[in-house]
Amino acid sequence: MERVTFDLASTPLREVNGYLHRLPGGDQSHVDVKNPDGAHNIAVGLDQPVTVEIHGHAGYYAGGMNKQASVIVHGSAGTGVAENMMSGKVHVKGFASNGAGATAHGGLLVIDGDAGLRCGISLKGGDIVVGGSVGSFSAFMAQAGRMVICGDAGDALGDSLYEAVIYLRGEAKSLGADARFEPMTDADLKTLGDLLAAAGMDHDPKSFKRIASSRSLYHWNADANQEY
Amino acid sequence: MDMKPIAFKRVSQEESATFDRSVIDYIQNAAAHGLYEIRGLGAKRKLPHFDDLLFLAGSLSRYPLEGYREKCVTKTLLGTRFAKKPVELDIPITIAGMSFGALSANVKESLGRAASEMGTSTTTGDGGMTQEERGSSKTLVYQCLPSRYGFNPDDVRRADAIEVVIGQGAKPGGGGMLLGQKVNPRVAKMRTLPEGVDQRSACRHPDWTGPDDLAIKIQELRELTDWEKPIYVKVGATRVFNDVKLAVHSGADVVVVDGMQGGTAATQTCFIEHVGIPTLAAVRQAVDALEDLNMKGQVQLIVSGGIRTGADVAKALAMGADAVALGQGILFALGCNAETYVQDGQHHSALESYDALGTAPGFCHHCHTGKCPVGVTTQDEVLEQRLHPDVGARRVRNYLKTLNMELTTIARACGKQNVHHLEREDLVALTIEAAAMAGVPLAGTSWVPGR
Repeated sequence: MERVTFDLASTPLREVNGYLHRLPGGDQSHVDVKNPDGAHNIAVGLDQPVTVEIHGHAGYYAGGMNKQASVIVHGSAGTGVAENMMSGKVHVKGFASNGAGATAHGGLLVIDGDAGLRCGISLKGGDIVVGGSVGSFSAFMAQAGRMVICGDAGDALGDSLYEAVIYLRGEAKSLGADARFEPMTDADLKTLGDLLAAAGMDHDPKSFKRIASSRSLYHWNADANQEY
Repeated sequence: MDMKPIAFKRVSQEESATFDRSVIDYIQNAAAHGLYEIRGLGAKRKLPHFDDLLFLAGSLSRYPLEGYREKCVTKTLLGTRFAKKPVELDIPITIAGMSFGALSANVKESLGRAASEMGTSTTTGDGGMTQEERGSSKTLVYQCLPSRYGFNPDDVRRADAIEVVIGQGAKPGGGGMLLGQKVNPRVAKMRTLPEGVDQRSACRHPDWTGPDDLAIKIQELRELTDWEKPIYVKVGATRVFNDVKLAVHSGADVVVVDGMQGGTAATQTCFIEHVGIPTLAAVRQAVDALEDLNMKGQVQLIVSGGIRTGADVAKALAMGADAVALGQGILFALGCNAETYVQDGQHHSALESYDALGTAPGFCHHCHTGKCPVGVTTQDEVLEQRLHPDVGARRVRNYLKTLNMELTTIARACGKQNVHHLEREDLVALTIEAAAMAGVPLAGTSWVPGR
């Protein structure tokens, strides 16, 4: 398979993204990006089943709004990695900063290390698997999709959740408004097993707890005081 | 003959200025429900506005143009700073962002058709882009809002410009709201929400915080669209001078400033009436910020919030705006608050529907209920039939056309061959407040308060 290499130390980012946007339909080629040096917006807006490997740390929005493509970050990723992803896969081998996978509508985001604040905020159908722990306010207002946390979570996990589901292996410092623990069903175990397998992690699904919305804030309620 | 005094009973009718009837009604409503009022449209209180400004037209010291025959250009370019493909409009009057969800699909289609016929742009809203509006709009501005409902890269690519919405004049600092009765199956699906949920949009963007982050976010949108499309940044009018400077710093091509008279489909009344500053004050501060940065002309300014007439448009342009955006004016053109609606070519009375909402034409602000008596702000299958896209498109086109004719009439009278040549020097103020806010002299004097 054809393999193209870009060196961000000598090639402007605009050229790299432009190249990726002009790939012909169905293109499955392999692109390596060297010396990312924390550059922002690497491989954003991809729309072909191409594989992009970023060899080093990426800045903000790596793999942002991805469709179809597979983006691998051999390093850590800045704020908003895979934000608003529609499909495909983004894999961060290191750590991810704030807002990882924010508003993702589809696809799979895998973070081998920890993720910062607001991981999976406003998630809209995408899946996120975090090998480590997540910061506070993760899955805030998450609407749909699944979020797997193999480590611990900070404060206010799942605050104001809609229909997204969280699977947590460790402990949460606190749950947010309207989030609650629920029993794991067979369907949950199956879903979680598949997600862990897709992420290449081998934890026992039975070691996770399910967190979902109690749906008590779906409608205005004068007696709920300031809880929403 | 005895003269008996005529007996009469004295009825005291001294109303309190502090606790007038509307305040008493507010308190008793709060006491009954324990919940703030939510409503649609914009600020109802009287504010210093464009009505408080007047034009000094041509005379002996200035030379007017003939009102009908001499040329007066209205062409407007937006996004000339960085975008490879700036937006080119025939008139400087655009249609502001209003969501599918707040408005029916018929209405969105009407707006697209009217805007296209007039050579101007329309804007999506907090609910994503519908096929109807993309199909009917020649120039469509796609909003990127904190909620990101329905936001996706395909629509980014098929938009003509992108507007990053930081806030809205009716509720700067607040997120959107769509009450359950408007979250029908189609709206719910577009927003990835359960049907019938009382939807509360986020008030901050999920993936960036502050102007330095916004600069990177804007760069992402540029990279994603290969630097083709203009990027607008919309702010609700509060600390306008600083906010406009920060928007420019963040890399915006166009800044949209929405004053407190700007409308909403639903928010708390206390928010609508007590947060933000009037459009008149906001325009002045926005222009000051652009001039301070030496960016006037490089970064374009769109002003919205209570623009109603061609005179308002002319005044906004003279103050330094490059274009205006209309929301509520468009709704009223469509028939909002009219006594009748047109169905099958016939006028029908909407009075019963207003009555059912506890209101009447001229007073209705019940957009949030989804029970719009004239079929504008509704998702109800029966009510939305009260506005046919043909009727809506014609009314909005006529309204925009009228505004543009009024605008050029005033511009010609001021001796301008191009509406963008209107300038602050053409204006005076009727009140001290307006003079101070707009930074133009009080009529008949050379006094600009505070200068």
